[in-house]
Amino acid sequence: MAEYSALSLLANALKGNKDWKPAWRKPDPKASYDVIIIGGGGHGLSTAYYLAKEHGISNVAVLEKGWLGSGNVGRNTTAVRSNYLLPANTRFYEHSMKLWENLSHELNYNVMFSQRGCLNLAHTPAQFDDYARRGNAMRHLGVDAELMTPAEIKRLIPALDISDRARFPVVGGLMQRRAGTARHDAVAWGYARGADRRGVDIIENCEVTGFLRDGDRITGVTTSRGDIRAKKVAVAVAGSTGRVMQLAGVETMPIESHVLQAFVTESLKPFIDTVVTFGMGHFYMSQSDKGGLVYGGDIDGYNSYAQRGNLPIVDEVMSEMLALFPGLARVRMLRSWGGVCDMSMDGSPIITTGPLPGMYLNCGWCYGGFKATPASGWCFAWTIAKDEPHDFNAAFTLDRFHRGLVIDDKGQGANPRLH
Amino acid sequence: MLITCPYCGPRDVIEFTYQGDGNRERPDPASQNFEAWNAYVYDRLNPAGDHNEIWQHSGGCRAHLRVVRNTLTHEISSVAFVRGDHASAARRKAEGQS
Repeated sequence: MAEYSALSLLANALKGNKDWKPAWRKPDPKASYDVIIIGGGGHGLSTAYYLAKEHGISNVAVLEKGWLGSGNVGRNTTAVRSNYLLPANTRFYEHSMKLWENLSHELNYNVMFSQRGCLNLAHTPAQFDDYARRGNAMRHLGVDAELMTPAEIKRLIPALDISDRARFPVVGGLMQRRAGTARHDAVAWGYARGADRRGVDIIENCEVTGFLRDGDRITGVTTSRGDIRAKKVAVAVAGSTGRVMQLAGVETMPIESHVLQAFVTESLKPFIDTVVTFGMGHFYMSQSDKGGLVYGGDIDGYNSYAQRGNLPIVDEVMSEMLALFPGLARVRMLRSWGGVCDMSMDGSPIITTGPLPGMYLNCGWCYGGFKATPASGWCFAWTIAKDEPHDFNAAFTLDRFHRGLVIDDKGQGANPRLH
Repeated sequence: MLITCPYCGPRDVIEFTYQGDGNRERPDPASQNFEAWNAYVYDRLNPAGDHNEIWQHSGGCRAHLRVVRNTLTHEISSVAFVRGDHASAARRKAEGQS
């Protein structure tokens, strides 16, 4: 019987809810493992889950510096989509979308995946043409996409200022109906429980302070809770990639760490039932089940590990929100926070073996890592288990910059703050 | 975040444009050293701590500045002109000492 079901809920309710097992154990680290995963965020936990489930490798430790899910998996704006232009990205993110569609069932954990659609607004005919091109590229690879007219958009989002008097009038949009949102914390907890029940040790408050080496080969890590050896050491630390790789003696990476802020308003009655993005700036918004509008914009634009940003971006994001939804002018912002993003040089991720023997690397998620969580773990687990990438992540190499094989969906060039 | 421009004094960060990592060395334009170009374009130190970076006071005097800023705290410990001390150079020129 599934651990969580209507029956188990009822049975535990009758017994005063005293018999629930913790979703994951709190084990002490063993002296050695087959695989160590550094980073107990969404990607590290999903990697551990798929290593155990798909490849039968369960002698695995996930090492987390803080508490589980305290990093970007708990800080994002929860949007899930696969509306990319370039085939390598589209295939990968569509694989992720398919895993999302069955995730609650697979994990026996309600991740509240809601396919409420994601609409990119176009504000000029040229932008609308560009969306048509992207939509066609998506449909060519079997991903759903449809163009919408202003009248259709008005019916979908009544609060949107669709008039000619808007600061940037809306001329149309590109909709992916299968896109949506998921409850980010539940994703971390669901993967953690799934991995834990298959024998993976999730070790919190365990900071990696260095690497154990035999010549060039990585043979384990030193941590705040002692040395731990492993045949394979996988790094999935997002914004901390530079710091962790420097511990391994890799001085430079094609990554810059930047801070991205996010915001939530006080709870409102149902206001918007889709994810909408602004085309004349960088703004995206959805409404949580609790009623708060969850929204964000661009990264602050300078290197930062601070997990907090500055006011100019706050001002910009609010302006963009009001350009689309003038009716929100009196709504109060409840909370804002920041997360550290591993901005890569072409805006696409890295999931690869190496760069040192015995090491595996997962990074470069920019500020779009949440939607990738299932496929990132799935592909990283494959890469770790088989010592070679799956087709889905074969293009996401570390040496693609050196070889001129960049995957630059936005066409921005090697400028991480613009991706 | 305030940046103290050597010309203009302390100004809000909104007046400045970030121009990125100041540790990179651009190879000579005629250079065909592939590795040097690759390092210039793609490789970053990305330190957690003091970071040497270039900002332009684009909403003010437009000078390019070399700033040392802590990426963990956003604290700025030094601001200087990218190419030496422009002000004293200008003064010397005006006084006919160049």
